[in-house]
Amino acid sequence: MRIVVLVKQVPDTSDVRKLDLNTGLLDRDAGEPIVDEINERGLEAALRYKDDNKGTEVVVLSMGPENAIKSIRKALSMGADSGVHIVDDSLAGADALVTSLAISKALERTGYDLVVAGNESTDGNGGIVPAMISERLGIPLLGFLVNMEITEAQVSGERQGDDGTANVHAGLPAIVTVTERFDYARFPNFKGIMTAKRKPVDTVTLAELGVDAAEVSSLDRTEVISAVERPARTAGTKIDDDGTAAATLVEYLATNRLV
Amino acid sequence: MSHVLVLVEISHRGHIADSARGLLALAARLGDPVAVVATREPLADDVVAKLGSLGAAQVYQGRSDAAGTALVAPQVEALAAAVAALSPAAVLVSHSYDGREAAARLAVRTGSGVLVDAVNVRAEDGRIIANGSIWGGNYLVDSATTGMPVITVRPGAVDESAPQASAQVTAESVTVDAATAGVIDSYNDAPEVSERPSLLGAKKVVSGGRGFGSKENFALVEQLADALGAAVGASRAAVDAGYSPQTTQVGQTGVSVSPDLYVALGISGAIQHRAGMQTAKTIVAINKDADAPIFEVADFGIVGDVFTIVPQLVEAIKARSA
Ligand SMILES: Cc1cc2nc3c(=O)[nH]c(=O)nc-3n(C[C@H](O)[C@H](O)[C@H](O)COP(=O)(O)OP(=O)(O)OC[C@H]3O[C@@H](n4cnc5c(N)ncnc54)[C@H](O)[C@@H]3O)c2cc1C
Ligand SMILES: Nc1ncnc2c1ncn2[C@@H]1O[C@H](COP(=O)(O)O)[C@@H](O)[C@H]1O
Repeated sequence: MRIVVLVKQVPDTSDVRKLDLNTGLLDRDAGEPIVDEINERGLEAALRYKDDNKGTEVVVLSMGPENAIKSIRKALSMGADSGVHIVDDSLAGADALVTSLAISKALERTGYDLVVAGNESTDGNGGIVPAMISERLGIPLLGFLVNMEITEAQVSGERQGDDGTANVHAGLPAIVTVTERFDYARFPNFKGIMTAKRKPVDTVTLAELGVDAAEVSSLDRTEVISAVERPARTAGTKIDDDGTAAATLVEYLATNRLV
Repeated sequence: MSHVLVLVEISHRGHIADSARGLLALAARLGDPVAVVATREPLADDVVAKLGSLGAAQVYQGRSDAAGTALVAPQVEALAAAVAALSPAAVLVSHSYDGREAAARLAVRTGSGVLVDAVNVRAEDGRIIANGSIWGGNYLVDSATTGMPVITVRPGAVDESAPQASAQVTAESVTVDAATAGVIDSYNDAPEVSERPSLLGAKKVVSGGRGFGSKENFALVEQLADALGAAVGASRAAVDAGYSPQTTQVGQTGVSVSPDLYVALGISGAIQHRAGMQTAKTIVAINKDADAPIFEVADFGIVGDVFTIVPQLVEAIKARSA
């Protein structure tokens, strides 16, 4: 079984992230680039299946600038077998339609039984690229899983919904998205870090994937028209509880018509 | 005026999703709202009447035997058929679990750009523009597409309602390719929660964090919420620890709320939590650590113990309203 884990390199959410107000795009220099936490959880799920099922191959695939190789190496050090890196200058600022096109072509080239993605990325918050990939490849999507069971022939699990969960399944090949209810990932060990450097990474351009410029330009584009930064909040009153704080708070709420 | 399609989600129990009202209100601003639904059976009269009262003059029903068993695919087919039939100016969908997947798949079919997680939309110079509030409301971004936009709208972001209409139904059969869809085997419904308001769009929210230490203690959060008539929220640490359900997580990777009042109890105020609540009008925080970052955004902060203060608050509020 070949499991391909889609890994996106994003700015660390613990750092203050900046938007370039002229282009409306992420300022990639603000915030340390890291593997999106949700993708580490997806990788962990794939690696656990591999731990129990010899002969499983785990491939990490990332589309991103040159430095996204750092995230691919991190995933390799955690235990993935090989990597695919889609890097092409024309992809700078690519929207979800273009991203999903490039990733779909790369998945066809690499081959897959199961694709594991995150439910949403922390820089885009779209949660739409995996569904677009499922549509392009004509494979089922089990999105927003809170748990997952993989067998040779199918994948199943509980999908989060608005008022509860649903038990869902799909035959392979399929794509799934995992949520934060999946476990945190393992840490790379010394051996992992040493071997990661020697593991193969296939670096591909759009031309090598057979994505022609005409197909890309036939797609509608999304564009940012304007972006404004909101002033930061400031701290208000802070009191120590001396036994009367609850009463003072209720007064405050009453004055502001909140009770 | 041109048509504007709204995907109306209908739960397996037959309920029209809360998102329908706001989506139809936005659609009515932009053109003639059409509610698109995917169901197996003909629509019940009360459902049609409800959609009309929410502003839909037209209901486009995609009828599919797979509705209810195939995941999202019937909605995609219904939307695709409606787009082909009506050539709309835009398609509006909730940024919900099903909604955004349906939006994404439709966009691939039609080659359309998707504008995600909008909190508002407007028409300007013949273009439809979506306004988004990103990274915890640090930035407000207007965006558009070069063709017909597919727009996902943040649940709870729209307050207004469309003028009432009287809905006419058009039903078309749609076919789902079973090989390309996940299968729904069964549902595990969350217990219908009492009178408590839902977190999405709530005017008041009381959230609890790891500071409560156990699921039993977390009941204090619910007591204060009920005293205030507020929705219950939680930090990720509280959800991870099982104190509160996943759907109550507020923050970067949970729900984003913009209530009039947000009360953070035993929550440190990590940047990822603040990303989901710092656009609230008034923020109140109670934390025993005077240096907790939540105080940096709180309008009213109390340095103290939630186990002492919250019961006093509940009593004082009850006494006032008695
Ligand atoms: C990619 C990513 C996404 C994330 N998304 C989210 C998200 O969506 N939402 C979210 O909330 N977090 C999110 N987090 C996690 C976030 O970083 C914090 O870990 C989390 O918010 C901490 O929750 P907490 O404040 O309840 O717990 P803690 O940080 O442990 O804080 C508990 C607080 O309770 C106080 N306390 C303890 N006992 C008492 C008492 N008796 N009385 C009063 N105060 C008391 C303590 O002083 C402390 O400040 C995310 C993290 C990452 C990396
Ligand atoms: N550039 C990318 N490279 C690899 N995977 C991606 C990329 N963009 C999105 N994905 C995958 O799709 C998921 C959801 O992303 P998004 O739709 O951008 O919120 C991510 O968690 C990744 O698994």
